[in-house]
Amino acid sequence: MDEIIRLDHIKREFHVGDEVVRALRGVSFTITRGEFVTIMGTSGSGKSTLLNILGCLDVPTSGEYYLDGISVREMSKNDRATLRNRKIGFIFQNYNLLAKTTSIENVELPLMYNRDVSHAQRRERAVNALKEVGLGDRLMHRSNQLSGGQMQRVAIARALVNDPVIILADEATGNLDTRTSYEVLALFQRLHRDGRTIIFVTHNPELAAFSSRTITLRDGRITSDVRNEKLASAAEVLAAMPKEEEE
Amino acid sequence: MDISNLLKICIKALLNNKMRCFLTMLGIIIGVASVIAMLAIGNGSKQSIRSEIGSMGSNMIMVSPGNGRFGGVRQSGSSMQTLKLSDYESIVKQSSYVDKITPTVSASGQAIKGSNNTPTTIYGTNEQYLDIRGYEIASGSCFTESDIQHAAKVCVVGQTVVDELFSDGTDPLGQTIRFNQIPMKIVGVLEPKGYNSMGMDQDDLMIAPYTTVQKRILAINYIQGITCSALSEEYSDQAIDEITKILQTNHNIRIGQENDFNVRSQQEMMETLSSVMDMLTMLLAAVAGISLIVGGIGIMNIMYVSVTERTREIGLRMSIGAKGRQIMLQFLIESIIISVAGGVIGVVLGVLASKLIGLFGTATAVSTFSIVLSFLVCVFTGVFFGWYPARKAANLNPIDALRYE
Repeated sequence: MDEIIRLDHIKREFHVGDEVVRALRGVSFTITRGEFVTIMGTSGSGKSTLLNILGCLDVPTSGEYYLDGISVREMSKNDRATLRNRKIGFIFQNYNLLAKTTSIENVELPLMYNRDVSHAQRRERAVNALKEVGLGDRLMHRSNQLSGGQMQRVAIARALVNDPVIILADEATGNLDTRTSYEVLALFQRLHRDGRTIIFVTHNPELAAFSSRTITLRDGRITSDVRNEKLASAAEVLAAMPKEEEE
Repeated sequence: MDISNLLKICIKALLNNKMRCFLTMLGIIIGVASVIAMLAIGNGSKQSIRSEIGSMGSNMIMVSPGNGRFGGVRQSGSSMQTLKLSDYESIVKQSSYVDKITPTVSASGQAIKGSNNTPTTIYGTNEQYLDIRGYEIASGSCFTESDIQHAAKVCVVGQTVVDELFSDGTDPLGQTIRFNQIPMKIVGVLEPKGYNSMGMDQDDLMIAPYTTVQKRILAINYIQGITCSALSEEYSDQAIDEITKILQTNHNIRIGQENDFNVRSQQEMMETLSSVMDMLTMLLAAVAGISLIVGGIGIMNIMYVSVTERTREIGLRMSIGAKGRQIMLQFLIESIIISVAGGVIGVVLGVLASKLIGLFGTATAVSTFSIVLSFLVCVFTGVFFGWYPARKAANLNPIDALRYE
């Protein structure tokens, strides 16, 4: 199986005043193509630090990190920016869409930073990504005209548009109500079935049931790493929920 | 990311904050417009002064006797008798840069006609004087070469003299008036020229053959000056050099010795006046320039606010692959767009304002130089004041920027 991510004894220390905070104390795991991994941990467990390192926003103090076979630790800032642009799709809790900007422009954004993509290709790929998340009819809506669930789906489309090797979702359902959360989860599961590799970072243990593997962090160390053989379906949960009143 | 993408992003960001963007621009607009208007007013007054001097004959060169000594007593130039008709003749013969030339003598006195009289000045010249000074004959004609040879009692009079002596409206042509008891026949009347920039009435004069003034009025055999014109303005300096050399030879002045004559051109006078005007213009422009700087600080301030306000956006852009350089360019281009757009509007307003001021009577002249200058200053302002905020944006840590509340 293709190895997408390999972490070797990753340590990350922060210096706060005279104190040294050890956010990660030697984390090792590998993630292969097509996995849907939930990284779980309470606040302070080091999951945000881990996510930053996985997303090439930060580099480990020691240990090696290989993304798609490339060692990240020695890379320059600019090279990491390019790596993020080509290989990673980010999804944030608060969507981080550009204000007063249409869905399509938001989705096009990562491709704007890629010289190799022409204007026409950019538009086409953005439209396709939006169709993939079910927003084919919302291309020209501005971000303030969309609901929370729709905004998160635009953000997912933005993460898909550069065809990344890994999608990193940081509490992607954290700001959504239960029903919309399951809708978004169902979307993630569909992407997973289509062969995408997804890392979902959350503090909510309920969500672990929907992913194929759960890594639990505590105090900067992995306390458990289990495969989930019986995948729950978010779509089924959604169907079982009482229908909302149509307005 | 290429420049056209960047431009699109920047314009979009600016349009999202139209009011703020416009107010920031306003600082630049006012600055540029006032710089252009001030320079236009300065240039306009300079040009009107130049053209006034030019109307006196801009390529005119005047030779006058210099200060000298009579037995150890320093004398003023006007009482010197060093310039002779032979000097005039040698300049005529030897010079190549001099176009028209006349010896001059002058006397003040009372012009009388019947019961009317007026104080005026009579200039003794040859017929080329009119061309050199830019006088035109309105009626009649100028005196002739033979009048000069015979020291004929004829004269050409200016309009002021005509008005004073012929207040009843008689045609002055052919009439005889008296100047200091000498009867003189009017053969021509000059086209009025009005007052010059120094407030001198250029029509209050009589012009007669220099021989007449020399012999009949002043009873002298020297001349008081030589007035001539260079071939054109550009040759003024050469002509001055040439005349100086000829006169030095004539007067046996050795190297290192003080000249007993002065050679001056209108050009010099024009330059003196121009330099005064230049100074005034610069002063005006400097005041206006300060407002441009204030406008620039406005840009810097707004760009700072913008960077802070859009910290999350910057974090997002970085996380999806924007390099620091690209973030920096984005903000730099935004500030340049503000300043350049403000500059363009400012130029248009400045030109309009200058035209408007021109309508109210103040001479204005918009120079291409001032437009180019203020435009370049705008671009510079955009870069200079946009640089620091843009660098701040580029140096943000994406992790912190994404979490910024």
